[in-house]
Amino acid sequence: MSLTHYLVLAAILFTIGAVGVLVRRNAIVVFMCVELMLNSVNLTLVTFARASGTVDGQVMAFFVMVVAAAEVVVGLAIIMSLFRTRRSASVDDANLLKY
Amino acid sequence: MSDVVIGTGEAVVFWVLGPIALVGALGMVLSRNAVHSALWLVNTMLALGVFYVVQEAPFLGAVQIIVYTGAIMILFLFVLMLVGRDSSDSVVETLRGQRVAAIVLGLGFAGLVGAGVARATQDLAVTGLAGVQGGETSNIEAIAGVLFTRYLLAFEVTSALLITAAVGAMVLAHIERDAGTRPTQKELSRARFLTDRPQTLPGPGVYARGNSVAAPALLPDGRLAEDSFATGIEPQEIEQMPRPTGRAELGTPDAALGTLDPAPSDIPGGRDR
Amino acid sequence: MDTAPADGLIAASWLLIALPLAGAAVLLLGGRRTDRWGHLLGTGTVVAAFALGLLCTLQLDGRRVDVDLFTFVSTGSLDVQAGLLFDPLSAVFVLLITGVGALIHVYSIGYMAHDPRRRRFFAYLNLFVAAMLLLVLGDNFVALYVGWEGVGLASYLLIAFWHERPSAATAAKKAFIMNRVGDVGLALAIFLMFAQLGTVSYDGVFGAVGTLAAGTVTAIGLLLLLGACGKSGQFPLQAWLPDAMEGPTPVSALIHAATMVTAGVYLIARSAPIYDQTPTARAVVLAVGALTLMIGAIAGCAQDDIKKVLAYSTVSQIGYMFLAVGLGPVGYVAGLAHLLTHGFFKAGLFLGAGSVMHAMDDEVDMRRFGGLASRMKVTFVTFGLGYLALIGFPFLSGFYTKDAIIEAAFDRGDGWGYLLGGVAILAAGLTAFYMTRLMLMTFFGRPRWEPGVHPHESPTVMTAPMVLLAVGSVLAGFLLVVAFPLESWLTPVFGEPEEAEHVVAPLVVSVLVTVVMALGVLTAWLFVGRREVPVTAPVRVSPVTRAARRALYADAVNESLFMRPGQWLTRALVFFDNRGVDGAVNGLAATLGGSSSRLGRTQTGFVRSYALSMLGGAVVVAGALLAVTAG
Repeated sequence: MSLTHYLVLAAILFTIGAVGVLVRRNAIVVFMCVELMLNSVNLTLVTFARASGTVDGQVMAFFVMVVAAAEVVVGLAIIMSLFRTRRSASVDDANLLKY
Repeated sequence: MSDVVIGTGEAVVFWVLGPIALVGALGMVLSRNAVHSALWLVNTMLALGVFYVVQEAPFLGAVQIIVYTGAIMILFLFVLMLVGRDSSDSVVETLRGQRVAAIVLGLGFAGLVGAGVARATQDLAVTGLAGVQGGETSNIEAIAGVLFTRYLLAFEVTSALLITAAVGAMVLAHIERDAGTRPTQKELSRARFLTDRPQTLPGPGVYARGNSVAAPALLPDGRLAEDSFATGIEPQEIEQMPRPTGRAELGTPDAALGTLDPAPSDIPGGRDR
Repeated sequence: MDTAPADGLIAASWLLIALPLAGAAVLLLGGRRTDRWGHLLGTGTVVAAFALGLLCTLQLDGRRVDVDLFTFVSTGSLDVQAGLLFDPLSAVFVLLITGVGALIHVYSIGYMAHDPRRRRFFAYLNLFVAAMLLLVLGDNFVALYVGWEGVGLASYLLIAFWHERPSAATAAKKAFIMNRVGDVGLALAIFLMFAQLGTVSYDGVFGAVGTLAAGTVTAIGLLLLLGACGKSGQFPLQAWLPDAMEGPTPVSALIHAATMVTAGVYLIARSAPIYDQTPTARAVVLAVGALTLMIGAIAGCAQDDIKKVLAYSTVSQIGYMFLAVGLGPVGYVAGLAHLLTHGFFKAGLFLGAGSVMHAMDDEVDMRRFGGLASRMKVTFVTFGLGYLALIGFPFLSGFYTKDAIIEAAFDRGDGWGYLLGGVAILAAGLTAFYMTRLMLMTFFGRPRWEPGVHPHESPTVMTAPMVLLAVGSVLAGFLLVVAFPLESWLTPVFGEPEEAEHVVAPLVVSVLVTVVMALGVLTAWLFVGRREVPVTAPVRVSPVTRAARRALYADAVNESLFMRPGQWLTRALVFFDNRGVDGAVNGLAATLGGSSSRLGRTQTGFVRSYALSMLGGAVVVAGALLAVTAG
């Protein structure tokens, strides 16, 4: 048992989140996958903080949480207004930005 | 710096909670229902919060559970309810090759990063946080000491960011309605009487045995009243009272309702005895 | 060659240029407001310039006066002072230009009376006079070049004065382009002077020309000759001058007979110190003169257009002048004297032709004239005097000056001298032939007028200048050669004339020329005067006549040598540009456009596709990192 286990777990969680972003179409679920990715990164930061013997990593993770909170608030508001105009929360329906 | 040996207790915690976190993540991605996804994610986040506590970051663990699991996920659920639960994904993937490519790339990424991390940190010395916290100094004090000195500017900027996000969310979610655009009660009732159905819609569970939202109302002949179907909820077949189909079986309403009248009548309704 | 500082009236000689220039500016900028009195102003400025020039000349007293005006160009080692050189040579030209110019301005008042754009015509004429005066008065080659281009511009504007006629517009373009060929030569000569000597002023160049290598001097001389050929309509650039007759007749008289086309002679005479150093270039001048002399005379014999006959006559007579100045010091004065007398009688002839055309409703075909002598007495007499002067009738001006040139040619003493003299005498005979033909076809014989044409004498404002020019035609030769010899007047410029060793006695030459001239007249009378002139030109004629009608195929040669290869080259370049350059550029653009539109297909608008490519990138980066650290 070593810290490597935490890190590998974090990598796997991150990948699951990334794949989720790619395969899910519900914008809210996509958002949750992004949150999962952020959380896995936080786990990495906390683990490295422990390995290096400083709390800087924890502070970083703290900032990540704050920023994630802000991001979620704005992102969900955007999903709301998107849903209001298009009656859909599917990311595939917002495909106007193309050639 | 002395190496901190990871104790057996922590290993047990890891090997119990790690799979739980993984299962939660996979469940979030795989479940078709968005509410279920949110609940799976809560599961994973709670596991991560415990990991934080185990890894000498009790403050972050608390924040993880309170802020993330408590606040943010509840926000997600709120929005889900606002947007509607009907938006469950269909199984069919519309983008050709997207799912396969995502899985292949995901496996590749996980393999590469996992292998890279494992290789790079297999001999990582664990310093532990005993030097900066514990004893006199708590974890919160240690974080505060760094946060309000070295990261003060970032901290302040973050506050600005939060304010901006709050205002932005209000602006985005807000709907401006001009005075007069909203129909008055008079206009509403007039409009309603112009439709085929002036009366109110039947509430769910009317004449049904259960009165849950999922139980649709019944029409007098026992059919389901489609007007009463709740949106987003599949109508549940509620076990109904047996209904008499002929005069003989009909019995009196009293009998049907189990009244105190001991003498059953063979007239429907038992009125003209 | 010492120059004296300017004093008295000569210090104000810049007014000579400024007056006509101001006239042109007022007329061009004033617009319609000046329509009513514009012609008077235009004439007035030139008359004033003539008066001023006359006074200056009287004050000159054989000096060379340099009038320093201002610094024109001062950059690095090039320092061009704008200054005027008023010496006997330029004085002669000033008097010719302003004198004949003033007469032609007066004539134009009548000739252009019914033209709605008469004011503009006078503006252009004034512009021409100003530029021409700058050309002859400048004290350096750059000033000369400015005037040179100015007269070219004025000539272009005036040939194309009736630009609504395609033929006039084409003729103007032809004149401008052929002049440009010559101008390039002049410009290159000036560049060469500056590169070799560092100066472009006459004094500087002529003082230092002896220090240059012989090849350089010859190159300068030949380039100057190229410029002179372009401006003066000499071989091989003679083809534009006959076409330039599309312009109004006063223009033909002033610019394309009396003044501008003699600028080449002026240039070569002015550059005498250069040609003194280079016998080669001088021999080429001689050859050009002799060749052009014959070409003009032969072509003139077969033309039916009265102005074209006079134009080829001009070409031929300027050939005489080139021949003279090509002979060296002995010929300068003879050439310039012929230039002056030619200015009188040719201007008179052109004005007479204009008067005839005026009477015949702008008809120029001599086959439609005939019998005009009785209808237009003044024109007939003045034209006849000009004619006699031109063919060298004894004791009229052509007689003196042409004989002087032929004598000078014989005086070379060698075989070339006899050849040149013989050519000149033969050309004199041809001149007599074609001019007599012109006289007979125009003024004698049975009238062959178009129906409805009623010839009438021109108004006094037109005949008066013709009379004055006719008087000049008669007297100028005598005055310039015998009474007030031009030779002594020009001594400060060309040096003391050396007493020529006459190889052939002047009397013999005179008799010979007169006899040949009489033969020419007789031949013309036999061929034209005794027979009925057909109204349409006969088709079945000898090859010589056919060649002469087409001016010895000068246009055909130009077309086949320059125009067609130029067109082919243009077509080839256009083809290359379309297929090669444009093809490459368009092909590249099409390739890029096609590939970008194909690449654009990847922009599906689906966020998840974009995220997939991001993950792919992340995988590549992770793999690369791992490969680097592990390797």
